[in-house]
Amino acid sequence: MITIKEEYQEIVEAYGKAGGSKKALESREVASLVVHENRVLRANQAEGISVKWEQLEKGVRVKLTVEEGKKIKYPVHLCFGMLPQEGLQEIVLKVNVQDGGEVNIIAHCIFPNAVNIIHKMDADIKIGSNAKFKYHETHYHGDSGGITVIPKAKVEVGEKSTYHNTFSLIEGCVGTLDFNYEVFCGEKSVTELVAKVYGKKEDDIKISEKANLNGREARSLIKSRLVLRDRAKAVVIGETYGNAPLARGHVDCTEIVDGEEAIAKAIPVVSVTNKEAKVTHEAAIGSIDKKQMQTLMARGLDREEAVKVIVKGILK
Amino acid sequence: MLQIENLKLILDGKPIIDDLSLHVEKEEILAVLGVNGTGKTTLAYLIMGVNYLPDDGKIIFEGKDITKYSISQRAKMGITLAWQEPARFEGLSIREYLGLGNRLKMEEIEDYLWAVGLPPSQFLNRSVDASLSGGERKRVELASVLAMKPKLAILDEVDSGIDVVSLPHIVNGIVKMKSLGSSVLLITHSEDAVEIADKVSVMCAGKIYKTGQPKEMCQWFKQNCQVCGHIVPG
Repeated sequence: MITIKEEYQEIVEAYGKAGGSKKALESREVASLVVHENRVLRANQAEGISVKWEQLEKGVRVKLTVEEGKKIKYPVHLCFGMLPQEGLQEIVLKVNVQDGGEVNIIAHCIFPNAVNIIHKMDADIKIGSNAKFKYHETHYHGDSGGITVIPKAKVEVGEKSTYHNTFSLIEGCVGTLDFNYEVFCGEKSVTELVAKVYGKKEDDIKISEKANLNGREARSLIKSRLVLRDRAKAVVIGETYGNAPLARGHVDCTEIVDGEEAIAKAIPVVSVTNKEAKVTHEAAIGSIDKKQMQTLMARGLDREEAVKVIVKGILK
Repeated sequence: MLQIENLKLILDGKPIIDDLSLHVEKEEILAVLGVNGTGKTTLAYLIMGVNYLPDDGKIIFEGKDITKYSISQRAKMGITLAWQEPARFEGLSIREYLGLGNRLKMEEIEDYLWAVGLPPSQFLNRSVDASLSGGERKRVELASVLAMKPKLAILDEVDSGIDVVSLPHIVNGIVKMKSLGSSVLLITHSEDAVEIADKVSVMCAGKIYKTGQPKEMCQWFKQNCQVCGHIVPG
């Protein structure tokens, strides 16, 4: 029987391998939370931010509140993961960044041994006015592809607030990904949604991101960068609705196919219901750019090295 | 160092490179001067092994026939090319770009950036992407060629579209390249740029018409080529 201490050490070890900062995770000044399956193995509070949790049958409910006007000095570190090969983990995340609050969250989701795992996240995020919320989520999966990841979020961004979300899944096989984020953008708010995914083998990827520019002068950028090889397939749906005067939105999708059987699809949806709003989109899908390849080869790289440099840059 | 013998490329029945021969000596700057559409860029591509293989003729580099070598093989022998419109790379920093295929010390990378007038503190960590202006990108391209310490650098119109402030930095970069021991094939349609060349060859309609000293060739070019309106013959 594995002890909690051993369980914690193992998950933290995997967290480190996935690029997480073990030092930050264990610092008393840094708010952090380590969840393995449905157990919270470590939680640390910091001034200005409260992290509360409740154990569920197959996961954890987490409530994270940044107090009004508090600017959290160090990034908050979250670690969600499962070490067994099989199972279900459901994370119900409620975030409330109160007016004037500022926080930067670095989350790692680690499933190094996944053979048949489902990881669900259901997030409800409220960002008050004049607040800043930055969330960077990195996934680390094993090479079997036996995982289904279903992150869903509804986000309200208040007046003059900024919201930056980055989702990165480039290590290991994706498995099945069904990513679905919807943001409601208030007056003069700024939203940036970035997704970076590297699909391999039989990976099946769906990314759906929606920005509703409901406040005057609200701005948004939906940016996705995917590289697909082997038989991986992906569909990226980026939607932006300009519903208020002087709202500005842009959808920017690049998908690179580096395999005979990989399939990439992009569906940008741009719409305006206010005559003073403006929404634009660009999508580029195709093989690796020939001129980029030739340039790198003229610097002495062979084909495989050149592909690595280009892919690394796109997913950086 | 580089000998091109009777090179010929025919596309859609038209001779783009037509029985062209030229020589570049060690540590020499040879400028190829010609108006638009004469086949200068195609010549650069043929020497680097980009896009085309010649229908006839030979490209000899350091005594080896490299006519059918791949781009990588040629690069590994010490040949490189600065593109007229260089590619952009998302997520690749200038520091990384200059270090490709080389193990360079930071001071060396900084030296190469200074040589083309780009202060390292402002440029090292920027990406080689669309955020660089056209002139900045061309200077980064030249710095990356310098960083490769090539035996032969083919510079395809690195001076075109460059403002008057940036042009001296480009010229400095080319002069530095020669001082470091590289031979340079400088493809251009600008008379100003050929001043730093040791020799100038005038190209028209896929052929080298005349080779000589820069002043003499510029004069000849002005009197003959810019009014001839000659493009690749149909």
